[in-house]
Amino acid sequence: MPQPTRIVMPTSAKKGEVFQVKTIIQHEMESGFRRDNRGLAIPRHIITSFVVRYAGGEIFRADMFPGVAANPYFGFTTTAVETGEVVFTWTDDRGDVTTERRTITVA
Amino acid sequence: MRALLSVSLALAAFTAAAANERPVPPRPGLDFQSAETRQMQSDDGANPGMLWVEQGAALWRRVEGPEQRACASCHKSAADSMKGVAARYPGVDAASGALLNIEGRINQCRKQRMSVIAYPYESNELLALSAFVSYQSRGLPRKVAVDGPARPFFEAGRAFYNERQGQLNLACGQCHNDNWGKRLRGDVISQGQTDGWPAYRLEWQTLGSLHRRLRACSLGVRAEVLDYGAPEYLALELYLAWRGEGLPLTSPSVRR
Repeated sequence: MPQPTRIVMPTSAKKGEVFQVKTIIQHEMESGFRRDNRGLAIPRHIITSFVVRYAGGEIFRADMFPGVAANPYFGFTTTAVETGEVVFTWTDDRGDVTTERRTITVA
Repeated sequence: MRALLSVSLALAAFTAAAANERPVPPRPGLDFQSAETRQMQSDDGANPGMLWVEQGAALWRRVEGPEQRACASCHKSAADSMKGVAARYPGVDAASGALLNIEGRINQCRKQRMSVIAYPYESNELLALSAFVSYQSRGLPRKVAVDGPARPFFEAGRAFYNERQGQLNLACGQCHNDNWGKRLRGDVISQGQTDGWPAYRLEWQTLGSLHRRLRACSLGVRAEVLDYGAPEYLALELYLAWRGEGLPLTSPSVRR
């Protein structure tokens, strides 16, 4: 099931300009190490992979492990090369995929 | 004459006490957070609380129930209709005479106007809607009514605040009036202002209501942890809102 996300980035940039991208996704990031009131292990449920693709290539990748806090935030910069879609993909360990797309116009 | 003098002295003492009740100047909860937390709150791109605000915006428009109504059916654009509303809450509902906070008002609306069931306290939906409504008052100063029908609730909240509680035998003011700004082990003691709630608390890894925070206070002094929406917490919420009068609202804020 796709999770709620927030992505902050410019909608346009000059060619060669470096712009900032901020992303956050709502996810419990349950580590798998905790136990519930009855002493039973709470199954692990984390996002394991976050990939950003733009202009035909991968521009950012992160692999996540149980130590990452809930609602993981990633901010990074990249260079505007061409008008097109930036595609954000989060995949969790149950196979649920959240995909978001943002268009940037490069002049 | 003497009687008059003693009355006026008592009155003066009362006014002085009332003045001392409120920390001067009131300082927002954010002032007591680390630089990293402050930065996280000030940037909407990094503030995780905004996830709930966005979900609240979607819920605002979601048509439900036999009446086929959404919040937006009556209230239209929240940016207009809800502006400044959270700054006036909690308040007394004229029809029922009950003290309602934002969560209570949302659920009253759901039951009475939309004929759908109330959201449970601390459910994702109620958190999202209350954060969304509070967000519409961001930057607006708090001003609640404490006279007239609100007076008994206010006095109850004041009494609750000043009552020594729990195994540690502490009243709220012993930390939040007498010792704010000092350190309690690793933390700086805040004034206990409520300007930022609902808030994303890093310890919880999620957004939480003010009542969840108050429950943590009760637990901290080893007093009885009351239910969400308990009358004592509602009255205390009113008293705290009065105590922080004039502070601009900052929900959704980020707390340690």
